[in-house]
Order: sequence, then C-alpha cells, then structure tokens
Amino acid sequence: MSKNKEYLIKRGNSEYEVIIGLEVHAQVLSKSKLFSDSPTNFGAEPNTQVSLVDAAFPGMLPVINEFCIKQAVKTGVGLNAAINKKSIFDRKNYFYADLPQGYQISQYKDPIVGEGSILLDLPDGEKKVGIERLHLEQDAGKSIHDIDPQNTLVDLNRSGVALMEIVSKPDLRSPEEVNLYIKKLRSIMRYLGTCDGNMQEGSLRADVNVSIRKTGDKKLGTRCEIKNVNSIKFMQMAIEYEANRQADILEEGGSIDQETRLFDTKKNETRSMRSKEDAHDYRYFPDPDLLPLELTDDFISKIKKEIPELPDEKKKRFVDKFKLTPYEANILVSDIETSKYFEDVIKNSDIKLATNWITGELFALLNDRSLEISQSPISSKNLSSLINLIKDGTISGKIAKTVFEIMANESKDPKSIIDEKGLKQQSDPKEIEKIIDDVIKENPKNVELFKSGKDKLFGFFVGQVMKKTDGKANPKLVNDILKKKLN
Amino acid sequence: MSDIINLTLSALIDKIKNKELSSQEITKAYIARAEKSKDLNTYITTDFENAIEKAKKFDEKGNFDYKLPGVPLAVKDLFCTNNLKTTAGSKILSNFIPSYESTVTQHLWDEGAILLGKLNCDEFAMGSSNETSFFGNVESPVGKKVVPGGSSGGSASALAAKLTPATIGTDTGGSIRQPASFTGTVGLKPTYGSCSRYGIVAFASSLDQAGPMTQDVSDAALMLDVISKYDTKDSTSVNFKRGDYFKSLSSNIKGKKIGIPKEYRVDGMPKEIESLWQDGITLLKKLGAKIIDMSLPHTKYALPAYYIVAPAEASSNLARYDGVKYGYRSEGENLISMYENTRSEGFGDEVKRRIMIGTYVLSSGYYDAYYLKAQKIRRLIKNDFDEAYKSIDAILTPSTPSSAFKIGDKTDDPVSMYLNDIFTVPVNLSGLPAISIPAGKDKNDYPLGLQLIGKAFEEQNLLDISYSMEKELSFKNNFQDWWIK
Repeated sequence: MSKNKEYLIKRGNSEYEVIIGLEVHAQVLSKSKLFSDSPTNFGAEPNTQVSLVDAAFPGMLPVINEFCIKQAVKTGVGLNAAINKKSIFDRKNYFYADLPQGYQISQYKDPIVGEGSILLDLPDGEKKVGIERLHLEQDAGKSIHDIDPQNTLVDLNRSGVALMEIVSKPDLRSPEEVNLYIKKLRSIMRYLGTCDGNMQEGSLRADVNVSIRKTGDKKLGTRCEIKNVNSIKFMQMAIEYEANRQADILEEGGSIDQETRLFDTKKNETRSMRSKEDAHDYRYFPDPDLLPLELTDDFISKIKKEIPELPDEKKKRFVDKFKLTPYEANILVSDIETSKYFEDVIKNSDIKLATNWITGELFALLNDRSLEISQSPISSKNLSSLINLIKDGTISGKIAKTVFEIMANESKDPKSIIDEKGLKQQSDPKEIEKIIDDVIKENPKNVELFKSGKDKLFGFFVGQVMKKTDGKANPKLVNDILKKKLN
Repeated sequence: MSDIINLTLSALIDKIKNKELSSQEITKAYIARAEKSKDLNTYITTDFENAIEKAKKFDEKGNFDYKLPGVPLAVKDLFCTNNLKTTAGSKILSNFIPSYESTVTQHLWDEGAILLGKLNCDEFAMGSSNETSFFGNVESPVGKKVVPGGSSGGSASALAAKLTPATIGTDTGGSIRQPASFTGTVGLKPTYGSCSRYGIVAFASSLDQAGPMTQDVSDAALMLDVISKYDTKDSTSVNFKRGDYFKSLSSNIKGKKIGIPKEYRVDGMPKEIESLWQDGITLLKKLGAKIIDMSLPHTKYALPAYYIVAPAEASSNLARYDGVKYGYRSEGENLISMYENTRSEGFGDEVKRRIMIGTYVLSSGYYDAYYLKAQKIRRLIKNDFDEAYKSIDAILTPSTPSSAFKIGDKTDDPVSMYLNDIFTVPVNLSGLPAISIPAGKDKNDYPLGLQLIGKAFEEQNLLDISYSMEKELSFKNNFQDWWIK
C-alpha cells in the first residue's frame, strides 16, 4: 500500500497509525431462539416472543437449537475459518433487569469457530483481515426507561435470540477499512443466509476496539473498547473521534487508560463507561445444563456442501467469464440480490450494456427511491428486453432512457411502452434522408460555415434532425447520411 | 383405615386393581392422617380437595392398567407443579405458582397418581436436616425433636409417618439417601441423566437428580419404572435402554462382587455404624456375594470438591431470583437496591452462605485454585469408581456417618452439618446410582442405613442386591404415632 493513502493521525511532527479490531454481534437468521422454541420476529408486541425458558422460570432448561449451530458453522466456513469439533457453552454471570437468568449463555474458552479471514477490496488491491473467532451466545432483553416515568419496563422478546460474535484480529487501519470490512462480512452472511445484516433492526452491531501507535512502532498501544455501535457511519465517527482523543493524550505526554467507552451519537464523542478496574467479573464457567457441543465430520461436511458461491468466487467468475472489470464485478457481487438480478438480465442480453444499465440508471433509480434491488420497479426481465431493444436498433440509447423512466413509474414492459408512445426508432434511410435534406435547406448559412471548416456544427445538424423526429431517428444512420450530404 | 396406611405402594396398587380399595378411600385415609400429623410440619402446601376430586374421577372412569392407578402421592416441594404453589422451601418463592409441570411429576400423573401436596425441604435443597426451610423445620417420626435429614426431609418424614405411600425427592449430595437412612426408609438416587431435571428447581445442575423414596425396594423399582424416562427438554438426559425394574427384580445375587472401600472407614465413626456395615458384609456373604476389599483413593477430597462445585453452580442457578419477574420482591430506590433488599430478605442464611462461597470460587483469580481444581478432583473420583468397577459389581458403605440428630444440634456448625454428606457426595460427583436401605438401629432405636453404589445406568443390579438384603434384614420402624393429634 502506498504511503500517502494511509489513514494517519498527525500531531506536530508525529504520525499515529490507528489499530482497529471489531467484535461484531450478528443475529443468527433463525425462526426460533438459541435455546428455546420461541419465535424471533422483529417488532412484535413486547413480551410476546417469550417462553418460560427465555424468562428463566424455575426449573427451566436450555436446549440447543440445532439450526443455529448449523448457521454458525456455515458462517465459519464462509469466513474460511477452522470449525471446532468440540465447543463449550459457558455462563457469563451478571445481574441486570433484562437478563432473566442472571447469566448469559455464551462461549468463552472454546468457541464453535476458530481462526479465519476476510478479503477486503481496497482501491489499490486486496487486503486480508484476520478473524480471531466466532462464538454463539444469547441476546439479552431490552430495558425501556422512557415510557413510564417511575419504572423501567422490560421487554424480553430478544431474550435468548441467537447471536454470533465475530471477533476480528486488530488488522484494520482506518474508518474506511472498517466500512469495507462490515460490508464484506454482511455480504458473506447474506449470501449464506445466516444473518440478514439489518443494522436498523439491530441484527448487526459492533464493539470497536481502537488503539494508536507512532508509525513504525511495533508494539500495540493500549486500546479502548467502544461498546455497541449500530451503524457503519457511527463506527467511523467513533473511531475518528477516539483516535484523535488518544493522540491528544499521548502528545501531552499522557497515557491511555484501558477502558470501555460509549459513543454519543448526538455529541459525536466517546466517553468513559467503566475502567479496567471496574470491569465486571463475569465468573465464566461451563454451563452445567448443557453438554459440550460435539460436531461430527459428517455434520460439518454436509454443511460445507450447502455453501453457495460466495462473493470472492463470484467476482472471479464475473471477471473471467463475463470480462467485467474487477471494479464492476465488485459492485455487482457485493449484494447477493444484485448479483442474481445481473445474472438474470444477462441470460438473454448483452453483458456490457447490462452492466452499464444496472450500475448506472438502475442503481441511481434505487438510490433515489431508497429501494433494495429486490423491490426494484423494473424487473430483470423488463430490463433485459429494454437492452435487447437498444441492441437490435429498435430504439436509441437516448430513447431508452425515456423508456426506462416510464418503466420505473409504470412497471410496464418496454415494448408496449414503445408501441404506446410511438417511440420506435426511425431507421428507414430514405425517410431520414428526406429530413436531412429539409434541415440542409433550412440552414444554408450553417451549411456554408460547416463547409468552410467549422466542423463543430455537425452536432447542430444532428440535433436539428433529432428535433424533427422527436429524437427517434437512428443516430447512426443520421450520422452516416449527414456526412455524405455535407461533404 | 389404619390398614390402608400400613400398606406398601405395591400392595396398595394390588388392592386398587382388585377393587378391594377405591382411590377415594385411600386418598381420604392419607388426608385424614395428614390432618392429624401437622406437628411434623411435613407439608408446605396441601391440595387435598383437588386430590379427593381426582380420586373420585379415577374411581368413576380410571384406567386400572396404569402403573400408579389412583394412588395419592405427596412430593418434595422442589418439583414444579402446574397451578400449585412451588416454593423450594424458600421465602423468595413463597408466592410462586408455576404454569407448568416438571417432567418427573408429569410421569406420575400420567400413570394415574394423584397429587396430595408439596412436602417440606431445606431451602433450595441446601441442607442435611430440613432446618433451613423458610417454612420451618420438619420433625422425624422416629423421635421427638429429631431431624428427618435433608434436604428431602419432608418427604422422608411423611413417608416414614405414613402420610404418603411413597414419594419422590431430589439428591444433589445425599438429599434422598441421608433422610432415607435417618427415617428407616428406602431412598434411591438414580444415575445422573436417568430422570429429567426439567421443572425441578435447580440447586446444582451437574449433581441434581430426582429419585424415589419408598417403604421398600420393590416400591422403589416401581417408582423408578415410572419416573426414569429420556426427556428432550433436559439436555443432560440420557437416552439409554431402561430396564423393567419392578418386573425384573431378583433376589439371586450369587457371585456378585461387592467392594468394601477402605476409605469409608472414617475416624470417629460410631461403633454402631461400624458394626452395621460389618453385618451388611456378613449378610452379603451369606447371600452368595463375593466381598472384595478395595480402595477409592480420592474419597477424602470428595467433600471439599463437592462444597466448591455445588455452591458454584448454585450461585449462578439462584441468580434468577432477583425480584424482577416472579417470586418475592422487596422494593428499593433503584435496581441495585431492589436486588439487594429482595435477595437479602428472600434467602435464608445457608443459601446466602453457599451463594457467597460459590461466587468466591468462581471469581477471577480464584477460579483455577478452587473451581477448576475441584473439577479435576471430580474426575479423579470418577476414575476411582471406573477403575473399581472393572472388577466389582457394586460397593457397600454406610449411608451416613451417624444416625439422626436432634433439631438444633448442628445448626451453628455448618462444617459438622456438611460432614453428614461424606459417604453420599462421591456418588453425585461421579453421576452414579446409589440406594440407601434401612439396615439397623442405634442405641436410641433410630434407624441406620446402608448404601449400595452401582455402575452407571445399572439400577437393576443395585435394586436386586438391596432387594435380597432387605428380605433378610426384615427391618421395621417401631415408633409409636406420638405426634398424632
């Protein structure tokens, strides 16, 4: 990586490198919870998705949901990670009103997934970011402090929902890398169908570990952990703030205290939540209600067979087979739905045109209306026929844009729009010749000027022809005939 | 009426099946006796009206093919019972009414049994004398002001006093066998994983196991048939092939190899226990068993290891009693003070002591020295048994190092109380099955028990040996009904 692209914090003569590691909490896509059969629907009425197990009634026992185990293993495979055939569920003990058991069932020393990696596509090449581990744990419920002025209310709908905690190595070096890392991680999990990656609904949150060190230093600085940040933008803002805060302290000769901090999104600052000394003693120990989780080779290999083509492979295929640039391929594979849409479109139409139309017009439209590609008003089939109509000369690229706009509003197929509005391209050379003759007749001065060497006026004549044909004249024919006539 | 309450469970069932007795007659007989036996303080909650109603229904159209047809039973108040208060002997659950049924009790009702009520026990099953219950101590029918043992003290006392034809308890460190031994009854702790823990208020999850407490060994086999079933709701339940224990009972134990572990000959053991054990050995020889002197070298570490593991698990298991969701709550000005008030008012001293010990041994910096070491010891103890069982079939020991003591005698000295469990805890730490059968009496005429420890999942073997011994021992409690009013 070239020096000047590095994200560095400058203070006087010093330059600080920012070291970032993420602990991402990704909600497992599953109909029921990690240790109970209650549903996991988002946005349900408070305390309607709660079983006796989730509410920790006396004598209730956790039973592992095998589907969640599969999802975790699948994710592990997608992260090129080691799957641990034996893992252990531990109890993390602490008191809180929304933690009914008085402990969270998590995995401490023996997680289900070990080391792996994720590839990031940086402008100047790929970067491999290490994954330390992935473990399964229960989510807690939610304490609500702002409904009743006297009391805190507790909603246990989330209590017991399965989360994957995915811990990266401290390999990230800038807010932009964090952005790419989260997006890539989300993309992989969405390909796998193991997490919907919906940050608004809290399906993906992260604790961000930040430290800084002078460029060239080998030793890592003391880190601070920023808890529970729930959007990429906030993560980036928090890192930016935190790195600068640490740089200020070091410049003044101070030292960083290892602590847990909170990011205040309104004030755009992090502030201390608790110091290392005040850190909870979670008294982890293996949950005696659950036996160690042992996975057979058969179980793991079956899951490996279910793994779909993932973004990195797909990108390679798009580049090799469809001759896309890596940049184009990246855009098209980052979201599984987009890649599916693209492959649907090119089944029957030109790849180059399809790439341009999807990454250009369609993305602009979706962006404009804040839509996911799955909600696109223009189906892949209709876009495919639009491209074919351009390709076979029925309409020009320019007319196609008009048709596209109509399609966006009326969801009709392009052929019927063209027929209805009479937008078909004029491709009869005789007709066009006639119109060109008219234009030449009407503009003798410009003809003279053109002939005397004012080449730029060629565009003027094309424009006049288009005006007379409402833009429907075949541009190639117009060009050819005009050239003949004027020379 | 007095005939009814003197029948064993299996005799009672025969009479129901032969229509010699109705469920109502039996149920009413036990209720009438319970009404006159309130001084023993065996019940925390009675459900007599419903019991009579159910008995009536059974008599009208009951299924006589059930294993417990129309039999009224009282159970330890650690089993959650649908719609009936379940307290675990604690103030913190003194108002708790479950909306669900424990798997084990459900099996009883599914075989036609009828719930009489919930029996007293040590608070959260933590105790060896039933003196830690929020609902007061239980007296044993064997003598005035004598403890019935614990934690299933209410169950043992009710059974010995003939207030229920049989009962079930739970055993974490001896809580079935020790009170059985103290009251002249039979108590079986099955292999860990035999009976589901679903719906049983947890004390120490890796040790807790439900089991029958009965008048004789056949009854224990019968009850085990009913309650030992694989349950997917308990992840530690084991899906092994269970026997037909009652039907298969055999008193032929010729050639069985019984181990006598030298480490159970503890210092200061009363002479009467020593001779009880010796008599048991002699009897086994007479029955054709081979006696083998053997060693379980890590036995002396069992009690300390137990008193680390059990409180550690308990400290976490009892965290859910925080006043937020159910049970007792004492208000506070904020969440922390609500927790503090609720838990300091809701738990008794022994429970608090164990929560503190458990919290301590799990805390960072001490975890390796205590909890982890205790787990290692646990493995060594288990290995001792595994090694021994390569050449023997079962082990004979006394059930307890002494007979029943007087109420209040040991309440000020937790360690001497804990020593009661010295012969029973190695079994829980190893997950093995063990049974206590009444085998003799001390100078006060208080019962003494012998313990047989078996191989995992081989309850039948254990039942056969104790069945054959029982026949020869012909033990009988001969106390008067001094408590009846």
